[in-house]
Amino acid sequence: MESTAPTTQRPVLARAGWLQRDGLLLAALAVLALFPFITSLLSGEAVDQGAPKFFQGLLIQMFIFAVYAMSYDLLMGYTGILSFGHALFFGSGAYMMGIALKHLQWPLLGAVGLVIVVAIVQSLIIGVLSLRVHGVYFAMVTLAFAQVAFLLATATDFRQWTGAEDGLQGIPVPALVSPTDNRLRFYYLALVFMVIMYLLARRIVNSPTGRVLVAIRENENRATMIGYNVFVFKMIAVILAGVFAALAGSLNALWNLNATPTVLGLDMTIEALLMTIIGGVGTLIGPMLGSGVLTILGYWLNATFGRNWLLILGVIYVLLVLFLPYGLVGTWRRQSARFGPGGWRELLRRTRS
Amino acid sequence: MSALLSVEDIHTFIGQSHILEGVSLQVDRGSITALLGRNGAGKTTTLKSILGLTPPRAGRVVFDGQTLNGRRTFDIAGLGIGFVPEHRAVFRDLTVEENLRIAERRKGDLARKADFIYGLFPDLKRLNKLKGGQLSGGQQQMLAIARSLVPDNRLLLIDEPSEGLAPVIIEQMMAAIKTLSEQSTVLLVEQNFIVASQLADRYTLIDDGRLVQTGRMADLVQDRATIHRYLGAA
Repeated sequence: MESTAPTTQRPVLARAGWLQRDGLLLAALAVLALFPFITSLLSGEAVDQGAPKFFQGLLIQMFIFAVYAMSYDLLMGYTGILSFGHALFFGSGAYMMGIALKHLQWPLLGAVGLVIVVAIVQSLIIGVLSLRVHGVYFAMVTLAFAQVAFLLATATDFRQWTGAEDGLQGIPVPALVSPTDNRLRFYYLALVFMVIMYLLARRIVNSPTGRVLVAIRENENRATMIGYNVFVFKMIAVILAGVFAALAGSLNALWNLNATPTVLGLDMTIEALLMTIIGGVGTLIGPMLGSGVLTILGYWLNATFGRNWLLILGVIYVLLVLFLPYGLVGTWRRQSARFGPGGWRELLRRTRS
Repeated sequence: MSALLSVEDIHTFIGQSHILEGVSLQVDRGSITALLGRNGAGKTTTLKSILGLTPPRAGRVVFDGQTLNGRRTFDIAGLGIGFVPEHRAVFRDLTVEENLRIAERRKGDLARKADFIYGLFPDLKRLNKLKGGQLSGGQQQMLAIARSLVPDNRLLLIDEPSEGLAPVIIEQMMAAIKTLSEQSTVLLVEQNFIVASQLADRYTLIDDGRLVQTGRMADLVQDRATIHRYLGAA
């Protein structure tokens, strides 16, 4: 009897650990899955009408940005590579999706394949040419690449392909995933996309490769001394981040039915940087939360303060960075590690006193 | 005994500074060789030159018959050279187990060596889930040495293992190095002459980036004038 006890207990313990670890995430996922119906119930409107439809749109944008921010976290948070040109991948993903559907008239899966291939090629070019330099120098090179892409997108020479400054408008999105035909379906598509990308990213960062990326972030020389070819692993990080961002960009094109030069602009990179910093660098879930904060806070401030909303948003950024230097999730984890499960309450108590 | 590592008249520069001006040393298989010298003599630079972190501009480094000049650091490490840097260079954001597992060159390295490693450093097993940054100085040093034992390294370069540690921890460390030297050859950089003299079979003494002398540790222990002149110890 005694010998069977550990084998019967282990799965229960494993389940309990899994629930404890992912319980909050599952609860959040359940809320997001029911969200359209909750808003419908609260507003008294049909799920595909009025306020429920509007808020679905807000969350769809949030899901897309969540994947985009997560991709930046893979690069900056886990590998320690600062990039000022991450919009290149997001924007290129959007444009490639648009060009494949509108001009090449490819099926959706083919378009997704093109998005991935182009992102890998871009990552390889940037990696080979720039990964020899470090820190802010790498960041400046990536900025230059993104600006080149921005200029190409706005150039009149390629107007028939990109729409130049007007952008690529009226992307013919297949009916199955069309946000105009069925927004609720698109909502669930975006939600599933975000969840899959998160699980994939989590699998990557928890894999041996992910541990090496963290080791490189901490000390490149040390990782080399153990026997790792740091260049190859940094290249892997750039490719993964590039593909994640490009897929987010491609979904953004499907959602907006267009791809405009703004998706390639510096502002788009700064968005990723802000979402990652506000949510918590190197936490994966933090940047996703950051995208939520930025999207929802942006909407609320705009609705409440009108045209001054950006000024107030700027002040909030500064306050968040000053008082939560590790971001929302980063600070939470640090306090939990320091004071135990009630760490967050302890932090609030100390802040008040 | 045959030489596992030969460093032949290497000259290493850091920027414009000529740091090593003709250092030579030999590490025999199965031995512990101490690289001795004052602060700033060039001991750590010698280790880094062997590993290709600060590649020598002249001279030759030969490991087990293979010339290391021109090879990249990860490649040199892959040949079976483990480096334990000074200042307890653990990965602070990785757990103890992850710090060990990351050093695997083949899947299952850690599992195969677990008994040996945890036998040398029993504390590490207990602290397995803690992050590297949460360990004490002595525990970090143990982890740094343990990490170098995970793959099948034939040569270990250990830089200042006793630096900043309490005497009781130094004794544990010395016992561990003695035990692990039964499996790997060791090149030890050590400022503490008492520690070095108790561990090493042979020594190489350098000063101002130049080779002073090399020989059996038992002979150096008797040579108080040299010890006093170059190491400042009586």
